[in-house]
Amino acid sequence: MRTIHADIIAKAVKEMVIKANTDLGADVVAAFEKGLKDEASPVGQAVFKTLIKNAEIAATEQAPICQDTGMAVFFVELGQDVHIEGALLQEAIDEGVRQGYAEGYLRKSICDPFTRVNTKDNTPSVVLVEMVKGDKLKITAAPKGGGSENMSRLTMLAPSAGKKGIVDFVVKRCEEAGSNPCPPVIVGVGIGGSAEKCMTNAKKALLRKIGAPNPDKELAELEAEMLEKINALGMGPQGLGGLVYAMAVHIEKHPCHIASLPVAVNICCHASRHKEATL
Amino acid sequence: MADLIKLTTPLDDAAVAQLKAGDQVSISGVLYTARDVAHKRLVDTLDAGKPLPFDMTGQVIYYVGPSPAKPGQVIGSAGPTTSYRMDLYAERLMEVGMKGMIGKGMRDKKVVDAMKKHKCVYFAAIGGAAALIARSIKAAEVIAYDDLGPEAVRRLVVEDFRAVVINDVNGNDLYEIGKAQYRKAK
Ligand code: SF4
Repeated sequence: MRTIHADIIAKAVKEMVIKANTDLGADVVAAFEKGLKDEASPVGQAVFKTLIKNAEIAATEQAPICQDTGMAVFFVELGQDVHIEGALLQEAIDEGVRQGYAEGYLRKSICDPFTRVNTKDNTPSVVLVEMVKGDKLKITAAPKGGGSENMSRLTMLAPSAGKKGIVDFVVKRCEEAGSNPCPPVIVGVGIGGSAEKCMTNAKKALLRKIGAPNPDKELAELEAEMLEKINALGMGPQGLGGLVYAMAVHIEKHPCHIASLPVAVNICCHASRHKEATL
Repeated sequence: MADLIKLTTPLDDAAVAQLKAGDQVSISGVLYTARDVAHKRLVDTLDAGKPLPFDMTGQVIYYVGPSPAKPGQVIGSAGPTTSYRMDLYAERLMEVGMKGMIGKGMRDKKVVDAMKKHKCVYFAAIGGAAALIARSIKAAEVIAYDDLGPEAVRRLVVEDFRAVVINDVNGNDLYEIGKAQYRKAK
């Protein structure tokens, strides 16, 4: 049994949320460079150039890439041999969020759903825990903006809808989302599981580095097919017309009930912010 | 790409009428910020027959909730938020003189029709390019609804604020035009 103190978790979370919001991952910037090459529309090319410049400014000035620094979502892999001391895991992470959003001058965007009164410290965060072997604690911060999160959808297809039904749903969802989620986007897709598992998987799929191939060949093919069909709609960067609306489609699959074929879409804007730490 | 059109706010009918969907613009002057809750309060104020916190005549509203300014900064990162959430309130503000809106994403047909009727344009700024956009904001001051934090109404002074015309006063829509031009799907 290994003991990790809540203060250590809070400190790591604080650093992660600041870094995630100001320093765009190398894979995302590389995807912008690739998009710039693939895009035929002059306006679309200008969008990619702007995003590259914006990422540079954000990193140099330690400024938020986007003003919407998101709801603080965390994917946690908790080793079974870890004992957390000093506070609950949720409390430790929330403390890190509180400190990070204050010290990093990040926007506090969390409010009561009815009164709309802001909690003023961006808590509570969303903590998704998976128990794993070992004595390590891995935390991935995935702050998510409201504009792209609002475009999420879940459907429970009839099993007879098959792969075609899945592709049609995902492509249609992107067409309806249009310019709202700040394209160029990454499309996270959950297939199978229960309703909540499917939605979680759609978001988890976004953690994969852009351009990293899906190890499952069948899913890799499905991703390629969806990507081609989404981009064939012509919406392009920012929805202003062009060839690159989506930079990637990422799928996570899970077994499902014999009566069900759940499909979830969670679109991530180009401000695809992820940072991880292992304690 | 098309030439850059320079605009100085506030805008009048003539300035608005010359703009066409797809025009790239550089805006200088004052912009007022407002998003979800601020829009509700503005419209509630009008419905109660009370005066708005600022004169809406000719004004351009920027849908933004900036991140906090660091010491010495005018404003934090400040890119547009998604506009459809303000669709419900847009026409009411056009009735009292609003001439432009800046945001991102498609508007409801009702808003596009109201823009024709009241001579108002809808611009998009690049969503998510927020650190860069902040550089064109030279002054920022909260003028109403301070309790709303990032959602408070701010008076911004901007120089060379870049945007593109999405909907013009003739009902054209750049999102539709752009998509049709590059569409490969049947
Ligand atoms: S969708 Fe993403 S890039 Fe666009 S405003 Fe929201 S957080 Fe920023």
